[in-house]
Order: sequence, then structure tokens, then C-alpha cells
Amino acid sequence: MQMKKSVQNLKVISNVKLNDDHHLLQLHAPNQLESIVPGQFANILADQSQSIFLRRPFSIHAIDYQKNIISILIKEVGEGTRSLAHTPVNSFLNVIFPLGNGFSLPSSKEKVLLVGGGCGVAPLLHLAQVLSKDANDINILLGARSAVDIVELDQYAIYGKVFTTTEDGSHGEKGFVTEHSIFGVKLDSFSRIYCCGPEPMMKAVASKAKANSVSCEVSLENTMACGFGVCLCCVTETIQGHKCVCTDGPVFNINQLKWQI
Amino acid sequence: MADLSTIIHNIKLKNPVLTASGTFGYGVEFDDFFDINLLGGFIVKGTTIHPRQGNAYPRMAETSSGMLNAVGLQNAGAQYFATEIYPKLTKYETNVLVNVSGSTVEEYVACAEIINELDHMAGIELNISCPNVKEGGMAFGTSCPSAAAVVSAVRKVYKKTMVVKLSPNVTDIAEIAKAAEGAGADSLSLINTLLGMAINAETRKPVLSTITGGLSGPAVKPIALRMVWQVSQAVKIPIIGLGGIMNATDAIEFFLAGASAIQVGTANFIDPLATVKIIDGIDNYLNRHKISAISDLVGCLHL
Repeated sequence: MQMKKSVQNLKVISNVKLNDDHHLLQLHAPNQLESIVPGQFANILADQSQSIFLRRPFSIHAIDYQKNIISILIKEVGEGTRSLAHTPVNSFLNVIFPLGNGFSLPSSKEKVLLVGGGCGVAPLLHLAQVLSKDANDINILLGARSAVDIVELDQYAIYGKVFTTTEDGSHGEKGFVTEHSIFGVKLDSFSRIYCCGPEPMMKAVASKAKANSVSCEVSLENTMACGFGVCLCCVTETIQGHKCVCTDGPVFNINQLKWQI
Repeated sequence: MADLSTIIHNIKLKNPVLTASGTFGYGVEFDDFFDINLLGGFIVKGTTIHPRQGNAYPRMAETSSGMLNAVGLQNAGAQYFATEIYPKLTKYETNVLVNVSGSTVEEYVACAEIINELDHMAGIELNISCPNVKEGGMAFGTSCPSAAAVVSAVRKVYKKTMVVKLSPNVTDIAEIAKAAEGAGADSLSLINTLLGMAINAETRKPVLSTITGGLSGPAVKPIALRMVWQVSQAVKIPIIGLGGIMNATDAIEFFLAGASAIQVGTANFIDPLATVKIIDGIDNYLNRHKISAISDLVGCLHL
């Protein structure tokens, strides 16, 4: 059964520093987790301060249903994410989850491409986990600035073929993720592309998908106050007017968006 | 257990906790979190006669102890509300009020006429204080003649309880309050958001697409308390206080300042369970102070 959203206090059972600004937190839920769709997110309360008032949204990075653990990949970008990234083990975080719609999943075996840039790789591990259960042909392309910025490569490799690009050429092909040779040939051999990362990168991937008539879903991360569809602050323009990224998204098919691609 | 019930004109509330328009959707968004019938009532999203797309993204900026929003009354219009949303609200046993807004007096009237036909709606909250629309909205709430004009026009067509929501972006809120009372308001709710602005120093750009927006959260509470106090000295109709209420202590402060009920707004974004915690906290406070009824606390500030 698909899990209903709720507010829970989850215990931090591990906190691993992956590089200078990325931390991987494992959160233990007291009750049995029900089904969470890849691409859904959690809105986490940081310690309140003068400058931290609202929750911070994070993709659900991975799930262990046996142990009732959800993993969150946190990149430190400001005071709120810094505070959360340094949450001590055995303390509790107040989390609203699961939120949003999630990626749509193929009903039969398909060849799929997952493209992640920067911290946008976060939901793709959970997606690869779920897709691998149906023995899909999973190809994962991860882009980053430098080799040190590529995190958890071994984890992605469990579920599919992994390709990388770095801007300085220190890992995989040199250049932006959209310059990878995988886009050079037969993109239409993929039945779908899933993409998450900075908006310019997602637009570039969406443009290539559209040109090759490949179905493409992107995960947006507009700033939001609530995360469950009542503040109406996180809207994106769609062919049906303004839609909330938190409830109608964060995942949208590129055909729904009014992107100039 | 203390008596938490309170009365706003013809509306009996089992407790004095309502939710602020624009922070509680249509209520249904909270069904997963708790039984919203526990509330004294809730006030649904600002509704206008014509559908509105609202303002462009970005619409939100986090600020010191608060946030700015520039949503701009995004809603699908009064007719859509009546046919598509209202049927989903009739399942709730608690009081539901509709926040009504417009660009002209005629639009307010037309919207109120549609809501007047909906039996299950306990009342309207006339929004003459939205700071995020180009025309109308706050403009009606910042002068006594225009406030009186829109309130008296809607009074002629709306038969049930009419709460008028006041803007804090005025020199003398008590004067506006008296004008609304004189024009037929049954109750006043205050405050709506304060006009504010956020700037990104790195990009040298405003954070909001609209440049300015409405400030809410704990940052505005002292101003809201002051205004509830001033208005309570100026009018006889009941006041619903709001502005930065995050917990039961904040709520108690509003009752002491003269509010008969309160609304929880921005706190809903951070803790969807804030309202039920506040109801419990008010009960605890009354028991601790051996006060048998919330009505014994309203306006009882020791001076």
C-alpha cells in the first residue's frame, strides 16, 4: 500500500561524511514503512534560528523496508542544510514524508536512462533500486564538477551500468553531463529518460530527449514553504497553468512544462 | 477541561482556534495529518469571482523569523469552488468559512452572492487586505471610505456571518476597524500580512517576482498584538486575532489583547499539527490558571 504522508520523529542511526559538503544520513522510522514512490521527498525541520524558519526538502535517496530506514543525501548549501548535515547520530529529526508524486515506472521491461547532475543524483538511487526489481536495463549517467563530487558510485553500480562526466575530466568523460557520448548515438534506443539536477542541465537533457522522441521526466526543486500543497509558493508553469511542484510534482513529464526547449 | 467555546456573531466555535486563509488549502490537504473537525473551524483559500493564475514564481522568501509570500490569490474561481470543492467540504462537521476577495466592489459582491447559496459554509471572511494583487485587495482596506463601500455592498447580499479581514499596512487600524463595523461587519480578523521585501545581495535582484510581498510568521506578532489591542478598544464586534501565532502561549497573548478567537497561519507550513497542539495548550493554560472558560480571558490584560 502506498504510504500516506505523516509527521514523524525519525532517529538518525548513521551520518557519514562523503566529501567536503555531502553527508549521507540514515533515518530509522518507528513504524513499518509502507510503499514510497521513487522521486517522492521528505521535508525536514532544522533547528530553528533567526535565519532558519522553514523546513528543508530532500529527495528520498534510498529505502530499506526490512530495517525501516530511509536515507537522505544532504549537500550543504546554506545554514539550514549545514545544520541538518551535522545532525548527531542517535538524535531525532522531525520529518514530513513521503511527499509529492514520484517518477512513473514502466509496466514491462524497458531500457532506461537515469541522468543526475550534482546533488540531483539523490532520488535516482531509490529509482534504480525499484527499477532493478523488474530487471530493467538500467543505465545511469552521473555528472559532477570533479571526481570528489561524485558520491556513492558503488551504490549506483549495484543496480545498473554507470557512466560519469566531470567538468575537469578527473572521472569519466570530460565536460558537462549533456556532452557525454551516450547522447551522441541512438538516444531513441532508450524508452525513457529520468532526470534530476540543476535546471539548465535538465533543460539540456529534455531538449535531447524531445529531439529524439524519448519520454522524459524531470524532478524540479522550486523553493516551497509547506511541501503539501497549501502555501502555493512552489508553482511551475505547465500547459494547464500553475501547478505546485510539491503535490503535482516534483516529477513532471517535459511535455507538461512550458520549457523553451 | 475548561470551556473553550466561543461565539463569533452567529457562529458557535467549540474552541477558539481557526486556521488562516491561504495556509490551510481547502482543509482536505490536512486529512492525512489529523481530524480537522477538532478545530473550531477553518477558513479556506482566498476565492475570487474569476479564476486567477496568481503571480509568477518565485513567490516565497524565507526571512528572519518569518517569510514573505507573493502568491496573488491563485484560485479556480467562485463557480469552480461551488461545484467542485464545496461538495468535498460538506463532510466536515466543524465551521468552514470562505475567504472572499476581488478587484472591484462588483466582484466582491458577485463572489459573496455565490457563497451565500452554499448552506454548509458558516460565513465569509471578506479580504480587503491582500497585498499581492495589482488591483483591489489591500487598496480597499487602506482607506475608511473604500473599506466601508465594499463592506456595505457585500452586506446587502450576504446573509450569514461576515468577518472582515483588515490590513496592517495602514496608519490607524482602529479607524478602518470602525469603518468596517459601521458598514455592517459582524466580526473583524487581523492582521493580514505586512508589505515587505527581500533582496539577494549576490545577484542584486529582488527575491520575489513581484519585488514586494506579504510578511508573516513570528516576526509580525508584536505588531499584530498591538493592532488587536488597539482595535479591541475601538469596536464592539468580536475580533479574531492572527499574526505569527506558533504555539498556545502566543494564542493566549492574543486573547489577553482582546481577541475572541485566533487563527493559525504560517505555523501550519512548519508543523501541520500546530493547531491541535495549540488547542491542548490553551486548555492546559486555563486549567493551570484555574480559569473555567476562555471567554473569561478575552481582553483581560492586567494594566
